[in-house]
Amino acid sequence: MSALLEVEGLRVRLPTPAGPATVVDGIDYRVEPGEVFGIAGESGSGKTMSVLALMGLLPPRAAVEGSAVFEGRDLLRLGRRQLRRICGRELAMVFQDPMTSLHPMLSVGTQLTEHVRRHLGLGRRDAAERALELLREVRIPDPDSAVDAFPHQFSGGMRQRIAIAVALACRPTLLVADEPTTALDVTVQAGIIRLLDRLRSESGLTIVLITHDLGVLSAIADRVSIFYAGRVVEAGSRSDVLSRPRHPYTRGLLDALPHPEAAATPLVAIQGAPPAPRHVPPGCPFHPRCPYARATCREAVPPLLPVDGRVLACPVDPLRPGARS
Amino acid sequence: MSALELRDVVVEYERRGLDPVRAVAGASLEVERGEIVGLVGESGCGKSTLARAAVGMVAPFAGTIRFEGRDVKPLTRGVRPHELARLQMVFQNPFSSLNPRRRIGEQIGDALAVLGLVPRQQRAARVVQLLEQVGLPARTARGYPHEFSGGQRQRIAIARALAANPSVIVLDEPLASLDASAQAQIANLLVGLARQLELGLLLISHDLAIVRHVADSVAVMYLGLIAETAPTRQLWATPLHPYTEALIAAVPHADGAGTLPEALPGEVPDPSRPPPGCRFHPRCPYAFDRCRVEEPGLVELAPGRSASCWLQRPGDPLLPPATKAESRLARATFAE
Repeated sequence: MSALLEVEGLRVRLPTPAGPATVVDGIDYRVEPGEVFGIAGESGSGKTMSVLALMGLLPPRAAVEGSAVFEGRDLLRLGRRQLRRICGRELAMVFQDPMTSLHPMLSVGTQLTEHVRRHLGLGRRDAAERALELLREVRIPDPDSAVDAFPHQFSGGMRQRIAIAVALACRPTLLVADEPTTALDVTVQAGIIRLLDRLRSESGLTIVLITHDLGVLSAIADRVSIFYAGRVVEAGSRSDVLSRPRHPYTRGLLDALPHPEAAATPLVAIQGAPPAPRHVPPGCPFHPRCPYARATCREAVPPLLPVDGRVLACPVDPLRPGARS
Repeated sequence: MSALELRDVVVEYERRGLDPVRAVAGASLEVERGEIVGLVGESGCGKSTLARAAVGMVAPFAGTIRFEGRDVKPLTRGVRPHELARLQMVFQNPFSSLNPRRRIGEQIGDALAVLGLVPRQQRAARVVQLLEQVGLPARTARGYPHEFSGGQRQRIAIARALAANPSVIVLDEPLASLDASAQAQIANLLVGLARQLELGLLLISHDLAIVRHVADSVAVMYLGLIAETAPTRQLWATPLHPYTEALIAAVPHADGAGTLPEALPGEVPDPSRPPPGCRFHPRCPYAFDRCRVEEPGLVELAPGRSASCWLQRPGDPLLPPATKAESRLARATFAE
C-alpha cells in the first residue's frame, strides 16, 4: 500500500534573537490511508512544528528542509496558491483551543459554509444543506438551531465538535488534530475520541493525532511515533510501543503516568526537564535524563534502526527482554 | 476539629439583569493536617469557586468556613488577619502568579518580612532552605520567573506558599499546565511535603488519575454539590455514585490495548437553572421517578463514605450503582 503522507528528513529552524533554533531535527514518518497515526512527546519536542510545516503555517523566516509527499505532491515545494488549494480541502486541521480557531463573530453556519462554497463551489442552498449534514455527523444536538448560533453559546466539547465539522466540510482525506482534547474534561474527551474513531471507521478518514497524552493515543492510534527534542526516538504499532516500550524515554513517559493498577505507589518521574531547542545536548538528546546512559550515548546521535517490529533510536536498548536493568 | 472545615457553603455570583448563579449550592468538606484531600469534577462544577471560598477569596452566601477553629473572613481591602496566613493557596498557572520583574528570592522573602517570621539577617538562609525543600538549588533565588520551566515555576510557587509556615494549602489545578514527567515530579513533591510538614492539602483537579495517586480521600463534585466522598482506594474500587462511575470509565488507559473510553452523554447543565430532583438525573443511566423530583442529599453510608444517590441508602451493602440499579429493577418487577 502506498502511503498517504510520507515525511522524510523534515528539519525546521526558527529564528530567535540568539540565532536560529532547530525545533525539528530530521524527522521521518509515513501515514497509511485510513489509519490514526499518533505523535506524542512533551511540550517543545517539535510535535506541532512538524505538522505546521506541512501546511505552510510556520512563522515567517522559518527554514524548512526535507520533503513531505502528500498524494504525490511535495507540500514543502508547493507555492502558496497551490498549497492553499490543498489545505482546508484535502488536508484539514483541528487545533487545541476551539475558542481561538473558531471566529467569535460569525455564526456556526457561516463558518461551515464559507470554505465549502469557496473550495467546492457549492451554491448557497447546497452549502446550507451540507452544514446541517456536518453538524449531524459530529452529533451536535438540534443542528437546525445550531447553524444560527455563535461559538460562545456552546460548551468547550461542542465547540471542538464544531471545529471538527468545519475541518471535515470539504471531505478531506487527511485530518491533522493537534491536542484536540487537551482543553476538555475527561468525560467530554471520551466523546471526542469516540467521534474521531467513528469518522475513521465510517468514512475512512486518515487522522494524524498529536497529543502529550499517551492514554488518548492508546485508545485510538494504530501506529505511534514518540518525539523527543525534535527527533523520533521510537515508533511502531500502538501495542508494540505502548505495551512493550523499548526506548527509556517512552518507558519514562509511561511510568510517569498514574497507573490504573498500582495506585498507592509514588509516581516514577523522569529526572530533569526536556532541553530547550538551542541547548540540545550532543549525542543522544535524552542521555542527561536517562538512567541507562553510557559513555557512547554522549558521543553520537543514535540512528533510528528497526528492532523487534518497530524503529528505535537507542543502541543500548536496555529494555529489551532479558536485558539487565 | 479539622484544620479546615467547610459546612454547607453556598456561593452565588451576581449577574446584571439575570438571576444569580449558585456556583456552590451547599457543599461540606474537611481537611485534616497531614491529609491530602482531592476535589474532582468537570469544569463548571464549582470546584474552583469552593477552593476560593475556602481561603476567603470569595465571600460565601451561606454556610461556615472555619480554619483552625476560627471563621475565615472574606478578603477585604484591609489586611488579611495574620492567623489566616497559615492557610495558603497555590494557583494553576505559576507564570501569572509570580511577578516577572522580581527575583525569586525577593518574592519568597516577602512573606517572611510581612509576617515577621524571620529576622532580616536570616531571611536569605530561610529562602534557600525553602527552595531546597521543594527540590530547587540555592541559586534559584537570584533568577527571574522566565528563566525556569513550568515545573520549576510551580515548585517556586509552592516554596512561596511554604514561606508562611502554613498548616493547610489549597491548590487549584497545580498540575494541569505541566507535562507528564513534571506532573509526576510535582505530585511526588506534594505527597512528601504533606507527610514531612504535616500539611493539609486540598487539591483541586479535573484529572482523576493523578488525584488517585496523590490524595488520601476524594470528594467528587457535580453542579455545585458534593456527589460522593470516600477514601481514595475505596472510591476507585467501588464508586457509589453513578457520576463517579462515569468519570472513572472516561479515563483512557495508556496500556496500548486500544480500548475506547466511555463517554458520559449530555453536558453539565446551566448552574443558574439546575435540574429538579437529583442534579445528575438527566445524564444518569439508572435514574428512576424519585430521582426526577426529590434531591437525594449527601448521606453517610459507611465511615468516611458518603454519596448523594437514591440507589445508595444507609445500611445497604456498599455496591456499585449498576448492581444497585439491577436489584432495584428486579424488586420492582417482583412487586408487580
